[in-house]
Amino acid sequence: MQKKIIEIVEKIDTSQVFTELSDAQSGGICVFVGTVREFTQGEEVVSLEFETYQKMALKEMDKIASDAIQKWNLNKVIIRHAVGLKKVAEPVVAVGASSAHRDACFEACRYLIDTLKETVPIWKKEMFENKTIWVSAHP
Amino acid sequence: MDVLLFGIAKDIVGRSEIQILAEDAVPNSVQELKAFMIRKFPDFGKLSSFAVAVNSEYAEDDVPLDRNDEIAIIPPVSGG
Repeated sequence: MQKKIIEIVEKIDTSQVFTELSDAQSGGICVFVGTVREFTQGEEVVSLEFETYQKMALKEMDKIASDAIQKWNLNKVIIRHAVGLKKVAEPVVAVGASSAHRDACFEACRYLIDTLKETVPIWKKEMFENKTIWVSAHP
Repeated sequence: MDVLLFGIAKDIVGRSEIQILAEDAVPNSVQELKAFMIRKFPDFGKLSSFAVAVNSEYAEDDVPLDRNDEIAIIPPVSGG
């Protein structure tokens, strides 16, 4: 099975992730799932919409995965992000790693999500009752 | 020169792609393209920042642009 799984999908099935990261050389698997939160700064979010520059996003996600594999000597890595319209509590991103010992996959997991948020060209629009906002667009 | 637009950049311009024609003085570098966008669409100046990708890689201000490159405006990302 491949070492890296890098995907942009319509819908995330979180039940797949364990099997995908499962590995005989690994003593631990760490997964982070990002979901749609109902309230942002006290305002009720109706839904979120994600859009991407897919070709570049896959390249950037692949770089993050490769860097993490090298840095923490991981056995498997997954970075999967959803696009399109997402409702409250739905998963929008799943990242994870498996490694011989737990320290490596815990640290790698945080690196995967933190770096994704900084560099991968994916944009989130928050839809409220009366307005929509592109997150982080303005100071 | 065609420029791809995403997220708020698409909303500012009102389209997912713009064509910069010869009579507009086609930008020769990333820096010139950024200045062109702010001049033509002042709302770009109100963003926290924006980057440019050339052939689907982040490009620094001094990177030259060729009309055959795939060029994209990358407004502040907000995945995750």
